[in-house]
Amino acid sequence: MEQIIQIENLEKSYGTIHAVQNISLSINKGEMFGLVGPDGAGKTTTIRILCGLLLKDSGDVKVVDKDISKYRKEIQKSIGYLSQKFSLYGDLTVDENMEFFAEIHNVKDYKERRDELLEFTRLKSFRSRLADKLSGGMKQKLALACSLIHKPQIIFLDEPTTGVDPVSRRDFWKILSGLLKEGMTIFMSTPYLDEAERCNRVALMNAGKIIALDTPQKIKEHMDNFVVEIVCTPVRKAYELIKGITELEVQMFGDRVNVIVKNYEKEIPVVKKLLEKNSVEILDNRIITPSLENVFMHLIKEAS
Amino acid sequence: MKIVIHFIKKEFQQFKRDPKMFAMVLIAPILQSIILGYAANLDINNINLIVFNQDQSRLSRDYIDKFTHSGYFTITKDVNSYDEMTKDIAASKALIGIVIPRDFEKDISNNRTSHVQILVDGSDGNKGSIAFGYTQGVTSNFSQQIILESAARRGIKTSAGSITPEVRIWYNPELKTRNFMVPSITALILLLTTTLLTSLAVVKEKELGTLEQLIVTPIKPWQMVLGKLIPFVILGFATMALVNSIMIFWFGIPIRGSIIFYLFSSFLYILSTLGLGLFISTISKTQQQAMMVSIFGAMMPMIYLSGFAFPIENMPKIIQYITYAIPMRYFITIIRGVILKGIGFADLWREALMLFIMGITILFLSSLRFKKRLE
Repeated sequence: MEQIIQIENLEKSYGTIHAVQNISLSINKGEMFGLVGPDGAGKTTTIRILCGLLLKDSGDVKVVDKDISKYRKEIQKSIGYLSQKFSLYGDLTVDENMEFFAEIHNVKDYKERRDELLEFTRLKSFRSRLADKLSGGMKQKLALACSLIHKPQIIFLDEPTTGVDPVSRRDFWKILSGLLKEGMTIFMSTPYLDEAERCNRVALMNAGKIIALDTPQKIKEHMDNFVVEIVCTPVRKAYELIKGITELEVQMFGDRVNVIVKNYEKEIPVVKKLLEKNSVEILDNRIITPSLENVFMHLIKEAS
Repeated sequence: MKIVIHFIKKEFQQFKRDPKMFAMVLIAPILQSIILGYAANLDINNINLIVFNQDQSRLSRDYIDKFTHSGYFTITKDVNSYDEMTKDIAASKALIGIVIPRDFEKDISNNRTSHVQILVDGSDGNKGSIAFGYTQGVTSNFSQQIILESAARRGIKTSAGSITPEVRIWYNPELKTRNFMVPSITALILLLTTTLLTSLAVVKEKELGTLEQLIVTPIKPWQMVLGKLIPFVILGFATMALVNSIMIFWFGIPIRGSIIFYLFSSFLYILSTLGLGLFISTISKTQQQAMMVSIFGAMMPMIYLSGFAFPIENMPKIIQYITYAIPMRYFITIIRGVILKGIGFADLWREALMLFIMGITILFLSSLRFKKRLE
């Protein structure tokens, strides 16, 4: 498959903070790639380096077959970038914002493209509204539309749906699938694992390192431990007991805990006994297929 | 270059939507002109005078009449005690108090020197010394007159020659503070639009995150700098036209010298003020910070040290040296030279050259820093 981004041994530090530590990965043309990880993992730093917003300390980065250190401005002609924060001109209208970004990208006949994008993002009826007067979700869609006006080959999205309402989020994802069908490469970072599940491939970042890189399916299969879901009450007490007394890894989700075990027959009875002895009522327990979240939490734990 | 034009178009679209900014750009110059034209008045043509005349003779009344006829003094009160006089001076009811001794006329007619006490409220040193100067003038004229009269009475022909000054006041014949102050408002207004507003506008893009969005586009830093600065140059010159129209048509102060040289040196001047604005934007994170730095770091020193508010010749030597680093100093000299004296390039080329050198240096370094910050 044709690669559109190649990253080799990328490093970036801010003073003593090692934000990105020796990461290597390549992105295929036309795929949706997700960079997942907790806050401070180095996702934004990585995206900013790829867009030419930050200078790397060392390593090689090639975007659309060009070296980012040498051809930054060239590369920026064929990429789009959507930052975490809304960053358009609030005092310009929807149309004016798009016009401005078209013009500075030197797009000559942008009118048709603009209409198409407004149609696509369902912003057409708001075209003469000031950007500041749009709702959060609409703002994000407008920002996306602006970053697509010059028909980029790759679009970088930095946590695009953070702080966006569920309806707009669904809309947003529909737009992204549309783009993918057109052959665009999408590189996004997200803290949401349900969004990560939808990517063709994901990389899990933690503390500046990539600790897993594959399709969501493969990553889940890669887990060689069992995940046992125990629905119980009080759940916090159960969590603290298992965490404090056994050596097992335990994750808490609402009304249940997930315990990661190597040997189901041997270890689960011990856990059950412990809980019953401490008057925690067990309502249900079963082995489940690990979710991406289980795996990531497990990997992060192992890494640290 | 086309990208720069698109950028400028966007800036003006934004100006249109920002009424506060328009108010600042249009009302500030008008207000400044009115304040400096009317309120900042150092002229003294009405000195309040109190007289404690203990003599009440013809000669003492003649003496007092000299004051009122001079046109500079108004007698607010004739008092009957020394205490009353000191109280009134303390209460700022009068600037000058004159105490005429009891034997004023007698002493003079007996060819003796009479001592008149003059009390001056010196709390405003400038005003006090001017008033004192006038008082001395009136008094010495009067005493000269007495000598001549007495000589004439005694039949002595004064053969000694004397000097009478024939004064011609140039450039500002009415000696009005206004004529001196109003032209310099141009320097202030250009400073406001090109330093304060520019730094605010750039920092605003930083705050909003649009600057980051711009960096990811093919637009080059120099295009961004030009696109951001040119609108404020246009705005600056528009307000300059406004201020100068007020100056010419309202205050009746014509531009005597070459308008072309005036505009040309204004352009040289804004190279440094724009550069400063750009520099401030690179060191400020928020608009508030940029505002503070612009006002305290750029505008205040410029106003105080450029000769705009206080004459440089009166400053201590060390501070005088510092003023050489203030671009506005040269521009103020040019403005006053061109507008009031009608002199031009032949006499002011040094100042123009200094503005050019400072402007290019500041703007170049700031652009470099701005560019570096972007990367």
